[in-house]
Amino acid sequence: MSNPILTQTSYLIAAALFILALKWLNAPKTARKGVWAGEIGMAAAIVGTLLLPEIKAFHWIVLTLLVGAGIGIPIALLMPMTAVPQRTALSHCFGGLAAGLVGTAEYYLARSQHGGHLDHFTSGVLALEVLLGYLTFTGSLMAFGKLQGILPSRPITYKGQNFVNLAILAIAALIGIALAIDPTQAGLAGGVVGQLMFPLLILLALLFGVFLIIPIGGADMPTVISLLNSYAGLSASAMGFVLDNKLLIIAGALDGSSGFILSVIMCKAMNRSFTNVLFGAFGQVQAAVAGKVEAKPVRSAQPDEAAAILGMAQSVVIIPGYGMAVAQAQHKVRDLCDQLTKRGVDVRFGIHPVAGRMPGHMNVLLAEADIPYERLLEMDEINPDMPQVDVALVIGANDVTNPAARHDKSSQIYGMPIIDVDKARTVMVIKRGMAAGFAGIENELYHMEKTLMLFGDAKQYVGEMVKELASGD
Amino acid sequence: METSSLVSNLYVFVLATFLGFEVIRRVSPLLHTPLMSLTNAISAISLVGSLVILGKQGGAINLFSILGALAVTASMINVVSGFLITDRMLKMFKSRDNRKTEGGAR
Repeated sequence: MSNPILTQTSYLIAAALFILALKWLNAPKTARKGVWAGEIGMAAAIVGTLLLPEIKAFHWIVLTLLVGAGIGIPIALLMPMTAVPQRTALSHCFGGLAAGLVGTAEYYLARSQHGGHLDHFTSGVLALEVLLGYLTFTGSLMAFGKLQGILPSRPITYKGQNFVNLAILAIAALIGIALAIDPTQAGLAGGVVGQLMFPLLILLALLFGVFLIIPIGGADMPTVISLLNSYAGLSASAMGFVLDNKLLIIAGALDGSSGFILSVIMCKAMNRSFTNVLFGAFGQVQAAVAGKVEAKPVRSAQPDEAAAILGMAQSVVIIPGYGMAVAQAQHKVRDLCDQLTKRGVDVRFGIHPVAGRMPGHMNVLLAEADIPYERLLEMDEINPDMPQVDVALVIGANDVTNPAARHDKSSQIYGMPIIDVDKARTVMVIKRGMAAGFAGIENELYHMEKTLMLFGDAKQYVGEMVKELASGD
Repeated sequence: METSSLVSNLYVFVLATFLGFEVIRRVSPLLHTPLMSLTNAISAISLVGSLVILGKQGGAINLFSILGALAVTASMINVVSGFLITDRMLKMFKSRDNRKTEGGAR
């Protein structure tokens, strides 16, 4: 690729701006500046590319850019905030698809133009780009389906599943290596089989993406989304190696490392390893056992009683979970927060890293409901304060509050860091019924002396409490 | 690819990865969702590669221009929606002071 100086300069500026964008995202105050830096960087990169002499079909380019923008703008503006995890999965899907398609085009272009002379390294990286790209495409599509509720979010498992998955990956890797050694695979069985090698790689990558996500359950989505984020980035980086384009390498590496860091954080927050998340099919084994510990007594309360206790408290910590997102209760929770604050109650939120379906999910929902971000505290910030808290109100969270994680070595979630709600003076749990959580584990919190179970739909229940508090003025 | 450019590309990759780790480690968990959508928009830089594939064909309709056109569309969706939605999310994160002043203005 010939690279005029103007294009190279614009790429350099774009790379610098992308790094600044992520740096500015560190703090809420500078974060929006980060988005603008990213936008300018992206614009510079696009203009720089269009200045390349080999770029010709401008009518096609403009048309496809407009189509892309025409689809992208409504997605961004109309999507409700509760659908953020789905949207993210969908965008990983597009990212992976683009990388896969470009990789495919590059492979066949190189074959047709240079008489099949791809060097070993480029060919190997191409195989990697295609593998990552297409597996991210179907994997994210599956994740989207599960998050959107089109596919069942329970893990689907069958005997020998891990063997099948590893076998697919192993064959794909072998094809990749074979393509790196001999890019055209012309020697193989008179070239006929060789012709099929690359399409077979694509097919296996597509299949692997589907099979990888099938056994993953809803509560593991934060890790998986982060992992797919990382793959999408790495495939862009691989594209950079193939095209000898450093901007692509840098941007892809930034995305790759970001996704990797997030998935490590998510794994730590569940005290599980990558392998366990990907091959563990959490929540299956335990389902059968869950039935035996039933019929223990619980204390329940009506909205007026609960509201009275909350109104008299000095400090309240609300622990939100995916259930709050499902019930769309965040605006009612804000009203509750306002009512209590008016009475001089100190209201804060304790947010577990894996609460919700993607990293930071709860923060976005609560920010949407206009709750100032100073009130949103991380698990490690809120836990030391829990013994001084009058009421811990759990809304739609379960396993991340289960004290068994601290002391019960036989528990499946033993060792997982939790929010210590049981240390608060009073615990209230809004829940639809007594069904076990995602992991299928009985939560002993519900049977504690100081726990009040508030049975009902989160949005409706919180709404009734707000009404109660408002009428008491 | 020549060996020299391969080596320098590898350097760029490794250094960018380390830089990524350092910068992103500092991002508060509060902003992890916007972080993911911003990095997503940034990695839609694969648009550049897609544009080259499409542009090189000079308007001819063949396998490559179709693959390129699809790739440009897919990347462009990510560029546009990624940046827009990140900004939309970040706009919602308000500090306590901000919220009060806005409330007063209403």
